[in-house]
Amino acid sequence: MTLLKEIRYWWRELSGESVYDRYAAHARSHGQVPKSRREFERERMDAREADPREGFRCC
Amino acid sequence: MPEPATDTARPQRKISTKSVVIWTLVGLIGATGWGVLALSRGEEISAAWLLAAALGSYAIAYRFYSKFIANRVLKVDKKRATPAERLDNGVDFHPTDRRVLFGHHFAAVAGAGPLVGPVLAAQMGYLPGTIWIVAGVIFAGAVQDMVVLFFSTRRNGKSLGQMARDEIGPFGGAAALVAVFAIMIILLAVLALVIVNALAHSPWGVFSIAMTIPIALFMGVYLRILRPGRVTEVSVLGVALLLLAIVSGRWVAESSWAEAFTLAPSSLVIWMVAYGFLASVLPVWMLLAPRDYLSTFMKIGTIVLLALGVVIAMPTMKMDAVTEFATSGAGPVFAGSMFPFVFITIACGALSGFHALVSSGTTPKMVQKETQVRLIGYGSMLTESFVAIMAVICACILEPGLYFAVNSPAGVLGPTLESASEAVKSFGFSIDPATLAQAAKDVGEPSITSKTGGAPTFALGMSEIFSAVIGGAGMKAFWYHFAIMFEALFILTTVDAGTRVGRFMLQDTLGNIYKPLKRVSWWPGVWLTSAIVVGGWGYFLWVGVHDPLGGINQLFPLFGIANQLLAAVALAVCTTLLIKSGRLKWAWVTGIPLLWDVAVTLTASWQKVFSDDVKVGFFAQRKAYQDALDSGAESFGTAKTRDAMETIVTNATVDGVLSALFAILIIIVLADATRVCVKAIRNPGTAELKEAEYVESKIVAPAGLWPTAEEKAELAAAAGAAGSDGTSGGTPVAAGKP
Repeated sequence: MTLLKEIRYWWRELSGESVYDRYAAHARSHGQVPKSRREFERERMDAREADPREGFRCC
Repeated sequence: MPEPATDTARPQRKISTKSVVIWTLVGLIGATGWGVLALSRGEEISAAWLLAAALGSYAIAYRFYSKFIANRVLKVDKKRATPAERLDNGVDFHPTDRRVLFGHHFAAVAGAGPLVGPVLAAQMGYLPGTIWIVAGVIFAGAVQDMVVLFFSTRRNGKSLGQMARDEIGPFGGAAALVAVFAIMIILLAVLALVIVNALAHSPWGVFSIAMTIPIALFMGVYLRILRPGRVTEVSVLGVALLLLAIVSGRWVAESSWAEAFTLAPSSLVIWMVAYGFLASVLPVWMLLAPRDYLSTFMKIGTIVLLALGVVIAMPTMKMDAVTEFATSGAGPVFAGSMFPFVFITIACGALSGFHALVSSGTTPKMVQKETQVRLIGYGSMLTESFVAIMAVICACILEPGLYFAVNSPAGVLGPTLESASEAVKSFGFSIDPATLAQAAKDVGEPSITSKTGGAPTFALGMSEIFSAVIGGAGMKAFWYHFAIMFEALFILTTVDAGTRVGRFMLQDTLGNIYKPLKRVSWWPGVWLTSAIVVGGWGYFLWVGVHDPLGGINQLFPLFGIANQLLAAVALAVCTTLLIKSGRLKWAWVTGIPLLWDVAVTLTASWQKVFSDDVKVGFFAQRKAYQDALDSGAESFGTAKTRDAMETIVTNATVDGVLSALFAILIIIVLADATRVCVKAIRNPGTAELKEAEYVESKIVAPAGLWPTAEEKAELAAAAGAAGSDGTSGGTPVAAGKP
C-alpha cells in the first residue's frame, strides 16, 4: 500500500497532475478560496499563450 | 553512503576508507573502458566498453568536479532562500523536490538534438564523437548549464537575454537577442528537414505521424472541456492510441491507401509549413499542450527502454574507431575535418547553448535550495550526454556500408541500389545491393538509401537493439517506426513551440515600432509575425530539400555553428558574472570552455566563409558553380542541370552570408563582455551586480540525490522543531515529500 502511494506521489509530481492540488493548498493556507480546477487550468494555458517562452523545451 | 552521524555542526573532513575504495573502483572502470577504446585497433569491440568509459567518467566528474564548482567557485549557500521560497505563489514559483525538478529539467533539455548530431559525426568513427561527448559535457556543457542555473536563480529566474543586457550591456544584449532569433530559425529548419527526410516516400511513417494530430486534438479537448488537468488519464489514452497508430501504419502501407500517404519531399515541405503555421496560431490547449505531454512520455519511455536494451543486448561496434574522413575531411555526411567540425556537429549532448535558455527559464523559479543546482544543472546534462552516447552506439553497431548508404546525399549515391553500392565502395566500405534491399524490407520501407538527417540511422540501430531483446527480427519494422515516431513527435512539438517563441520575440521587437503588434490577442499581428517566422524556416527547409549537394550536408554545420554561438553567449555571461562578483581566480572554470568554444565556432565560420575547398567553403562553392554557369556548362559536379547550378549559387551565397553574420555576432558579444570584465578587474569596487536581496532560508533539504548523514540530522532536527511548536512559521521546515 505504501509502495503504491509512493508511486502515485512520484507519478503525479512528475506528470504535473499535482499542480492544481499544490496551488489549492497554497491558496487555502493563505486564507483564500482556490479557483476551480477548470478555471485554474484555463488560466495556466492562457499564461502559456501569452508568453510561449515558459515551458519551452530544447531541441 | 550511510555513515554514523557524529558531529553535525561541522561537515566531516575525514575521508572514509570505504569512500576511497569505491571511488578508486569507479575510476578503474572508467579507465579500463577508455583503455580498451584507445588500444583496440581493427578488431570489433563491445559497446559495454563505451558505456564503462562514459559512465565511469561521469561519476568521477560529478563527484569531484561539480562539487568543486558548487562549493569553491559558486559558493552555493544553503542558508540563502531561493526565489521559489521567497516568491512562492503555488504556481510558477514553487520550491520543488529536487528529484522531481531533475526530471522536469532533464525532460526540458533532452530532445532530438543528442540523437542526431552523434549519428552524423559517426562518419569519422565512434572515437572522436565519444571523446568529445564525454569531455565536452564534463568541462563545458554541464558546467554551462549549472552556472547559468545558479546565476539565474540568484536573479529571480531572469532569462539569458535579460542577464546579458543587465550585466554586459545593451549592445551585447541586442547581439544575444539577434543570435537567439537566428538560431531559432535555423534550428527549426534543420529539425524539420530531419523529419522530411525520414518521412519521404514512407507511407507507414507519414500515416502514423499524421494520426498524432487527431490524437492530440482529442487529448486537448479532453483536458480543456471534459476533465481539466487529468493528465494521467489522458496520457494513458493518448499513448495507447499512439501505439495503435504505429501498428496500423503497416496496414495502411500494405493497403490501397498507401499511395495517398506516399509523399515526395517537396510535398512534405508544404505540409510541414502549413502545419507549422496553423499549429502556432491555434490556441495552446488544442495542439501544443497535449503534444507536449505525449512527446515527453514517449521521450522518457524510449530513453529508459534504450538504456535497458543496450545493457541487455550489449551489441558490438561495427564502425571503425577512427575512419579516414576524420583527417581527409571528405566525408559524404558533412564536409570538413575533425577540428572543428566534430565539435560543431555534436552540440546537444556535449555543449548546447540552447540549454542556457531552459536553465534561465522555468527551472530557476522552482529550485528549492541553492545547493541543488549541482544535481539539477550538472546532473541533468550528464544524463543527456549519456543519451548522446547511446546514439553513437545505435549508429556504430550498423554495418559501416549500411551507415554510409543511408547517410550519403542522393546526388552522391546515384539512382539505383547498384550505384549506391558502388558509391559506398568508393568510400572504402562495402555493401551489396541485395543487402540494401533486404535492410529496407526488414523495416517495412520501400528504400533506405540516402535517408539523411540521422533519424533513420538512429531508428535502424534502435530496431536492431530492441529486436534482439524483444520480438526478434519480426518486430524490426515495428521498432523502426516506433523510433521514427518518437523523434518526429518531439521534433514537431519543437517546431510548434519554437515558432511561437520566435513569433513572441518578433512581436516584442516590432512592437517598439508599432504598438499593437505586442498584443498577443490582436490576431493580424499574430498571423503576420507567425507567417514571417514560418516563412523563415520554411525557406531554409525548402532549400534544404532541393539542394543538389544534400540539405543536411549544407545546413547542419550552420545549425551547429549557431548553437555553439549561443553557448558562447551563455559562457561569456557566466565568465563576466564570475569576474564581476569577485571570483576572478575561478574565471577559468567557464573561461576555458568559452575560449575553446570560440576557437571552434570561429574556425568553423572562417572555413565556411573563406575555405578554397568547394566542399567546405560556401563562397568557393558559389564561385565554382558561377564559373561553370558563365562558361555555359550544362552540368557541374552533382548538379545535373543549369537550374540546379543556379540553385547552388543562390544557396551558397545565403549560407555564406549567414556564417559570416554568426561570426560577427559572436565577436560583438565577446568584445562587449571583455570591456565589462576589464573594467571590473581594474576597479573591483565599481562592478554592479543585479542579484536579488539576501533572505535567510527556512527550508531544510538535501543537496544531492541521497541525503548525507549530516543532512539527515538537519532534517530530523527541523522536523522535530516544527512538530513541537505546531506551526512552521518561524522554524525551519523539513522539505521533501509529506
